[in-house]
Amino acid sequence: MSMTGSAGATAKRGVRELGAEEKVGWDAVPQGVVLTSFDGTTDNTAFIKPEDRVYSDFNSYTATVASWRIIKPVYNRDICIDCQNCWVWCPDTSIISRDKQMLGIDYDHCKGCGVCVEVCPTNPKSLLMFGEKMDNDEALATWPEKKKKEK
Amino acid sequence: MAEKFDLNEVEVWDGNYASSQALRQAQIDVVAAYPITPSTPIVEGYGAYKANGYVDGEFVMVESEHAAMSGCVGAAAAGGRVATATSSQGFALMVEVLYQASGMRLPIVLTVVNRALASPLNVRGDHSDMYLGRDAGWINLDAFNSQEAYDLPLMAFRIGEHLDVRLPVMVHQDGFTTSHKAQNVRPLQDEVAYKFVGKYVPVDDMLDFSRPVTHGAQTEEDWHYEHKAKQHKALMDSRSVIDSVFAEFKELTGREYKRVESYMMEDAEVAMVVLGSSVETAVLAAKQMREESGLKVGIIAPRCIRPFPYDLVRETLDREGLKAVVCMDKSAPGGAMGALFNEVSAAAYTTKSRPIITNYIYGLGGRDFAIDEVKRIMNEQKAHADAGHITTHIQQFSGVRGPKLGFFDTRRG
Repeated sequence: MSMTGSAGATAKRGVRELGAEEKVGWDAVPQGVVLTSFDGTTDNTAFIKPEDRVYSDFNSYTATVASWRIIKPVYNRDICIDCQNCWVWCPDTSIISRDKQMLGIDYDHCKGCGVCVEVCPTNPKSLLMFGEKMDNDEALATWPEKKKKEK
Repeated sequence: MAEKFDLNEVEVWDGNYASSQALRQAQIDVVAAYPITPSTPIVEGYGAYKANGYVDGEFVMVESEHAAMSGCVGAAAAGGRVATATSSQGFALMVEVLYQASGMRLPIVLTVVNRALASPLNVRGDHSDMYLGRDAGWINLDAFNSQEAYDLPLMAFRIGEHLDVRLPVMVHQDGFTTSHKAQNVRPLQDEVAYKFVGKYVPVDDMLDFSRPVTHGAQTEEDWHYEHKAKQHKALMDSRSVIDSVFAEFKELTGREYKRVESYMMEDAEVAMVVLGSSVETAVLAAKQMREESGLKVGIIAPRCIRPFPYDLVRETLDREGLKAVVCMDKSAPGGAMGALFNEVSAAAYTTKSRPIITNYIYGLGGRDFAIDEVKRIMNEQKAHADAGHITTHIQQFSGVRGPKLGFFDTRRG
């Protein structure tokens, strides 16, 4: 099976709660706990964007851990300088960036650790932590002003 | 391309050299090893074959036995045919990784030259290391002499790599009494041996970049049990593959192997269950006793220790004339009856004849086991048989200095 140009792949991101997969019996588990990353075979995976890859049900891409989070980062496009610091530092590859332009946050895999906010160099920060229940537009409306340099 | 090795029809090899020749002929992709007495010459021999152009594969020198088995696991997961050798303390250091290899279903071949475990430090042969690894999920085969130390590794690749099995295999031989004893060995020529072992067929290999896989995943209470159950079934089911590989080897060489070897059991009144190089001593003693006193002594020797041949042990013991059986454990039992005694007793419990069964600990740290000792023990079995119950302690120590050492009694048959 080819993995390129699969329109449905993005829809597979975080489709199941981690641990909510079908509990098959001993006769149906994979030999040696060998887990495939993709359905079928592939080549040049590194050049295929995650949303275009046919991830298998064993891959964490298809699972969501959003329920683990109690606070979340909210991203403000108006301030961001696309420095890619947050993309580099995120421990769960949950910063989505394409052609060195920040697109936003993968809320299916972000665990709310706040590292992205910590490393953001802008003034004010382009990423800030808010309560998980808060609406993102509401959060953006409360964004702080630029801080003056202390003399 | 590896150079061919000129071999005579009959060679004089010790067990170590025999095993190293078998490893050479199997055309292994990776050997990762850390030499230890008494298995050192296997690794040394293999290193010399590599240096002299008789081996194409990689030879990796590592910093410990834990690293040796870890290297083997990595290379096997990558998709190669892999083997190594060890003994005793080195085996103990490998134990953690032994369980990884079997759980990951990697058909690594490990030649184990059995040696005592410290303390006290001892380099001589007993079965402490063999017993330490018996629940690690590997197939365990036991060679009683040099010829078998050559034959069994060749068969081990065939058995472990069989697609219905895919499990690692240990081939045991006794330290010094087999590993350093030169005997006549009839090897196969290189191309015949390799044709028997066959080309390696990788499964879920990590070097197949078109199908990326994760090896060594974590599973908790919701998945772990199913994986271990599947692994156990593969080990239990490997019995039929072992039998068929043994049969194919017999066709090729005329040498017959069975999961349980038995000698003179057809009419035996008393029998000894024993492993390793002691088997030949016991058989010799049994023959002499039959000539000297007419006592019908039989010998049972499990060739395959895991999967434990419960079926064949039971079959061998289920004879009306068989009255008393002694199980010989060459490993310090650590506060229990010997493992061989326990497993043979469990199999015997389901027979109709239910012979009397007793346990001897013997030969620890390489203490010699001689024909006279077998005779004394078998005469004792005859006394049990005549009395209709156990006339000694159920577990005894044989060949140890000091007052008689034994545990537990029963007046029941």
